Amino acid sequence: MISFEMPEKIEHAVVLAETIAENMMRPVSRHFDENEHEIPWDYIEFMHTSLKALGGGGLTPGKEKKEGPRISFQRMAFQTEMLSWGDVGLWLCTPGGGLGAAAVNAAGTDEQKERFLARHRGEKPVFDAFALTEPHAGSAMPAEVRTTAVRDGDEWVLNGEKIFITAGHKALVDSQGFLVVWATIDPEARRAGVRPFVVEAGTPGCKVTKLEHKLGIRASDTASVVLDGCRIPFENLLGSPEVVQKKKSEKGFKGAMATFDATRPVVAASALGIARATLEKLKELLAERGVEIRYGLPRSRMTNLEREIVDMEVMLRSTWLLTLKAMWQMDERKPNTLAASMSKVRAGDVVVKITQRAVELLGPLGYTREYLLEKWFRDAKINDLYEGTGQINRLIVARQILDYTRHELS
Amino acid sequence: MYSFEPTDEQRMLIDAVHRYAENDLKPAAREAEEENELPANLIEKGWELGVLQASIPEAYGGFGEHSTVTGVLAAEEMACGDLAASLAVMAPGAFVLPILFGGSEEQKTEWIPAVIEAEWKPYVAALIEPSFDFTPTEMNTSAKKGKQGYTLNGVKAYVPFADQAKAFLVFADLEGETQAFIVPADAEGIRVGEREKLLGIQALPTFRLELENVLVPENARLAGEDGAAVERSIANAQVATAAMALGLSRAALEYAIPYAKEREVWGTPIAQKQSIAFMLAEMAIEIEAIRMLVWEAAWKLDNSKEDAAKTAYLALSGASDMAMMVTDRAVQVLGGHGYIREHPVELWMRNGRGIPDFTGLAMV
Repeated sequence: MISFEMPEKIEHAVVLAETIAENMMRPVSRHFDENEHEIPWDYIEFMHTSLKALGGGGLTPGKEKKEGPRISFQRMAFQTEMLSWGDVGLWLCTPGGGLGAAAVNAAGTDEQKERFLARHRGEKPVFDAFALTEPHAGSAMPAEVRTTAVRDGDEWVLNGEKIFITAGHKALVDSQGFLVVWATIDPEARRAGVRPFVVEAGTPGCKVTKLEHKLGIRASDTASVVLDGCRIPFENLLGSPEVVQKKKSEKGFKGAMATFDATRPVVAASALGIARATLEKLKELLAERGVEIRYGLPRSRMTNLEREIVDMEVMLRSTWLLTLKAMWQMDERKPNTLAASMSKVRAGDVVVKITQRAVELLGPLGYTREYLLEKWFRDAKINDLYEGTGQINRLIVARQILDYTRHELS
Repeated sequence: MYSFEPTDEQRMLIDAVHRYAENDLKPAAREAEEENELPANLIEKGWELGVLQASIPEAYGGFGEHSTVTGVLAAEEMACGDLAASLAVMAPGAFVLPILFGGSEEQKTEWIPAVIEAEWKPYVAALIEPSFDFTPTEMNTSAKKGKQGYTLNGVKAYVPFADQAKAFLVFADLEGETQAFIVPADAEGIRVGEREKLLGIQALPTFRLELENVLVPENARLAGEDGAAVERSIANAQVATAAMALGLSRAALEYAIPYAKEREVWGTPIAQKQSIAFMLAEMAIEIEAIRMLVWEAAWKLDNSKEDAAKTAYLALSGASDMAMMVTDRAVQVLGGHGYIREHPVELWMRNGRGIPDFTGLAMV
């Protein structure tokens, strides 16, 4: 039965997230934009305490109860949207399960999930991160992975360099977290040789070498990591050893892709939080100056501003529902690769368009740092880039609807 | 709970409508367009699927409860076959549903069974007006209250089957508010104009309708003396049109995909070129996103949500852009062949442009 009734549990989560967004994020939004690499400990500690009180180890859904309807991915979409409405850079600093946890959840065994994720429920806030991109290749991953993993007795020895690791510094330096590193056990096998490995904070041979200076999302650290003879226990290879050690198995690759099925709609939800913040501020500033938006008119009777805003509302709402559908499919254990990529493509487009248009439409008021609009314009663009650029996600959608393999369409 | 899954019952209806759209409507669409005529048995066959009848309670001759969600699912599926024929099949809905939503008990008993029972009959709405800035909430057609009832004056456009209509539901302005009036086809002062010649949907016969001092009794006004708000009917017409835009756009995408996989350029199917593949991907994304918006608007109407009317308006706004974007691109994917009338995409492109203008032709 098609329904758009918000479950009470999600309603409560939204109210809570809104309180956090308004009180813990918006007031410091500008500060952490202007002080790149300063760590927002107040927010982090607060979120850690709150999430612990709620019994979770972060925003990422963990073990789901067997009874009753499953809504945890949908709930995460709502929380993500609301916290990104507050401040997307700070949202990226939320402790607990991030992309690393998503990878552990997607590819790890039950034992590994317990071993690596339990730390999120401890006394101190802990981060995790995900290292796939390398200096020479991003979208071509994981086929182009050059970081190697060589077995030596009971250990794996990792060598290589990873870049663009969101919260890499927080995972490895500022907390006792971990990094999921995608490395190859057989470079000849291309993507079939790629496996996810967990490197824990404090492991010798794993070093954060650089923090990027970015256009936006400045509260969030984007790290480079060098692995130099980095030794990790054999059991830190995610997945059951029998399967993941088979040379021709594509399970490693599929693990990475399964991670994205879960995380792409999250990025979409985050993007739409920025877009909504922007649209609301745009309407508020217009209303203050006496501009009323009339709905229900044919286009020939609308002002340009009205048409722009109606278009933005259509884009925003339709994309949000598409994102929610992708998350609903996650909860329902239905295949969601198509909806996940669709929502990611469209949310990336929509947030970029809405933030750029808002700055344009408000003229000097849009361009000034007096408001957050110019910041959101900068924050927005990352959503069209990370978790697969708009182009990579278009490729995925195209392959699905055309029933093509990557060999037939690349 | 959120859910994006039709019920089993809705699924069965969708399947039945799908078979009709694929097996009956699609093969007949081109000839109907060129001949400016829909075969009567084609409309009848669509009518017998019972989409409208299933949304009318038994007390008025139907066999179910009204559901806009079910209506939009069926409308998308049917319009995937052919828009003109779908508008014909669903035209009586625009007469009957406003009566179901807002009519008096007496009006419901008198009019609904007459439309619903037995074969398809041309009871239609006269809502659209021939002005560039036509707005359903601000009608130029006027109704004036007199001693013996209401006097209607004005000109309506895009009135389907007006030449053979049994009765019209005329939307007119009464003291600044849009109201609906049931007007028999033989009422004095009604003049059916020449058949309209349109950019698309040429299989559907539509007409201008002139009303000159047409006098109707007091009980012709929807809900009688106090009248009835028509917002729900207008919103319903908007989502019905938006749903048909989904079907139309899907047809265009589903035609472009196999063509692009077949057609080669320098030895490679054009679908394997990113410039074409990305266009197709964007078309699919657009359709899926707008579909969600249409579903939500329909659901809000069914559940009487406060912002249902606004959502319906936004859904049609989005669907209008989607229809033009997707049908235009389908022509582009076919290249020069898309421009040739041997392929249906040029017809769909012409139909797509009309989506914002078709509100009021059909309701679901």
